Amino acid sequence: MDDFSALLAGFQVALSWHNVGFMIVGVLLGIVVGVLPGLGGPNGVAILLPLTFGMDPTSAIILLSSIYWGALFGGAITSILFNIPGEAWSVATTFDGYPMAQEGRAGEALTAAFTASFIGAISGVLLITFVAPLVAKFALRFGPAEFFAVFLLTFCSFIGMGKDNRIKILVSLCIGFLLAGVGMDTISGDLRMTFDVAELMRGFDFLVVVIGLFGVSEIFLTVEEGLAFKGKKAAIDLKVVLRTWAGLPRYWATLIRSSIVGMWMGVTPGGAIAASFMGYGLAKRFSKRGDNFGKGEIEGVLAPETAAHAAGTAALLPMLALGIPGSATAAVLLGGLMIWGLQPGPMLFVEQKDFVWGLIASMYLGNVAGLLIVLATVPLFAAIMRIPFAIVAPIILVVCAIGAYTVGNSIFDIWLMLLFGVVGYVFKKLGFPLAPMVLALVLGDRAEDAFRQALLGSGGSLNVFWANGLVTTLVVLSAILLFWGPLSDLVGWARSRGQGKPALGAAE
Amino acid sequence: MKALALSAALVLSATAHASAWEPTKPVEVVVPFGPGGASDQMARTIQGIVQKHNLSSQQLVVVNKPAATGGEAMMDIQKSMRDPHKLLTTSSGIYMTPLSTKIPVNWRNFTPVGMLAQDEFLVWVKNDASYKTVQDLLAEAKTASPAMKIGGGGSKREDDLIVFSIGAEAGVKLTYIPYKSGGEASTQLAGGHVSADTNNPSEDVANWRGGQTRPLCVLSKKRIAYTARSRATRPGDIPDCGEQGLNFTYNMLRGIFMPGGVTEEQKAFYVNLLKKVSETPEWKEYLERNALLPDQRFGEDFEDFLLSDEALHKDLMGKAGFLATN
Repeated sequence: MDDFSALLAGFQVALSWHNVGFMIVGVLLGIVVGVLPGLGGPNGVAILLPLTFGMDPTSAIILLSSIYWGALFGGAITSILFNIPGEAWSVATTFDGYPMAQEGRAGEALTAAFTASFIGAISGVLLITFVAPLVAKFALRFGPAEFFAVFLLTFCSFIGMGKDNRIKILVSLCIGFLLAGVGMDTISGDLRMTFDVAELMRGFDFLVVVIGLFGVSEIFLTVEEGLAFKGKKAAIDLKVVLRTWAGLPRYWATLIRSSIVGMWMGVTPGGAIAASFMGYGLAKRFSKRGDNFGKGEIEGVLAPETAAHAAGTAALLPMLALGIPGSATAAVLLGGLMIWGLQPGPMLFVEQKDFVWGLIASMYLGNVAGLLIVLATVPLFAAIMRIPFAIVAPIILVVCAIGAYTVGNSIFDIWLMLLFGVVGYVFKKLGFPLAPMVLALVLGDRAEDAFRQALLGSGGSLNVFWANGLVTTLVVLSAILLFWGPLSDLVGWARSRGQGKPALGAAE
Repeated sequence: MKALALSAALVLSATAHASAWEPTKPVEVVVPFGPGGASDQMARTIQGIVQKHNLSSQQLVVVNKPAATGGEAMMDIQKSMRDPHKLLTTSSGIYMTPLSTKIPVNWRNFTPVGMLAQDEFLVWVKNDASYKTVQDLLAEAKTASPAMKIGGGGSKREDDLIVFSIGAEAGVKLTYIPYKSGGEASTQLAGGHVSADTNNPSEDVANWRGGQTRPLCVLSKKRIAYTARSRATRPGDIPDCGEQGLNFTYNMLRGIFMPGGVTEEQKAFYVNLLKKVSETPEWKEYLERNALLPDQRFGEDFEDFLLSDEALHKDLMGKAGFLATN
């Protein structure tokens, strides 16, 4: 119980007046950073980092990690209201959050998203509090083959679960992989598919593509439909929060599953983005209302949000315990730790007890403060939906353009965003799913790196992918998830004696 | 606070030499790597020192441009001819990236401001490995099948070059596994997924102090000069690889460039700024924390260093087959 008293002492540190003040300021800044697409948590933290050099390290990390919490909460807002993911891990939130907002249930969707974030984050913090050393060791078992298997599992859980036309999923996936290949290749150190265009050296930034594919294309569609405005009925009272909460216990299975997926992905460091997709894919398969996913199902908001935030929080664990950043924001915080003169790593828990437990206590408090603050803003944000689209649309476009520019300080990215807006529009018209392309774009190069690193090490032998229990389990699970969909289709087809053709396995 | 900064700025500009140039807007420090890496830490340390000691009336702003292993950042500087409000932090990448990728940039089109330090490279192994010296490691590599795996950050970069050169000197086949960063390589070493890595001190020190990895020797002509002991680790106790019969040595510059076409006064301002920065206790702390070799060079001294260091890299990279063809 030594740790427990240390945690209580940590609460004492975190609850001092000025630290609570930093917490609130941090959360508010974080929400702004999360709402603006492109600015993002890592940038927000990086910009403010120098301001904290004069501060005491505990206060500084409380301020910066509160920005992180705020950004995690804030990312959901634009995803739900405008179909624009403010952060990469909010992409899966748009799938059901946006349809809900269009049905006039924006308040409900926001409440669900914020509450799910909170539940995810708290499960992540609990993990850090109680099993930090144990879990930190587990992360070390992940070599290239294991990483590849985790990414494979993410692809399979998301793709194999899809109920769309499997050929179209495959096409979308392959385009995503192709886009992910543009730019510098880690393994060979060569440039690929840049055609001597300097702007392409950076590759396609995930956020620029996503802002175009989801946000801009949605504006095109709405314009085509004659600016039909769907959000009129948005309720704007705080009761919606209580009503939504009353319905949440029904989804306990999804919440628990997503928390576990998230914590695991955060620690391993598969990351919040992969976690959100995996959480969504699994919920779609195992929910009774799986067929309603994508049409405005509240479970489709809960699942990715819980997973993303459990992962985002758990990602701080390897950083503190091992000095491995589990996410980009964690990487910036890591730099901060060193500038304040703290060396992250296993010794941090021994040498800097006050700091570590103050930080952990601030994770609990920061999330409670964050939840209260964002819930209070629900009516405000839901009210945005009552503004006529003809007024909101140009503003959204400008915000999108600023977001795309901010990612790499490049005008080229704004054109790219518009181009992907057109691509997204065409995809939607032709009934091609966008999600597989996005998933392949964000995880494709990492999966490729891991695959080639594994083969380099084994001298080209594929045996590395079933060389130990961990990697074998992951690969087998992937295969099961991949073929579950096609096989259950096949069984259904056999029973009904062949009306329509079965899709025989989305070949990987 | 604001008033204080303002009056400080006034005092500074009043005491400054009448003809001396000073920045008139915030200065952008372009970092050719992502946030959190060694280059980024150096830029943010300088930024913090300049701010804390009020060394410039204008703030420094750090901008990360990590694409194409620094190629993007160098293209940016190349395009910013005559812009005195831009700096670039550099490592050996300043010649390695153009040599290995054919990205059309050349440091001769930039203005070298100064070199601040040199970074060391060490051979690290897992803490519980049986190797006592680098020769033990190489002896095992001779019989390993498939070939022994050694990790590092990036492909055709410093670590890759070092692994190739060690293998060539010892007559052993080694498989280099490129990771996104040295930090990742260190974690992979701690997990036993590679047999060794060739990281900078800053990239492996956390795992060293945590009892996960340990250094066999430093790839330098002499031992690291820092002798302060913290827990079980003392950089000065690490033998240089020459003591263990491995003659290959490698160091990497850490310096600052400006875009080409700037005036002598503009360059002089930054040379002075860097000299002032390097005299602060925070800078000395930074050097010691990352076990950097203090080696300051400005003006012609720096340019001569760049020319000979570039020739050395060209030669090594040619032998390793890293030079871009086509």
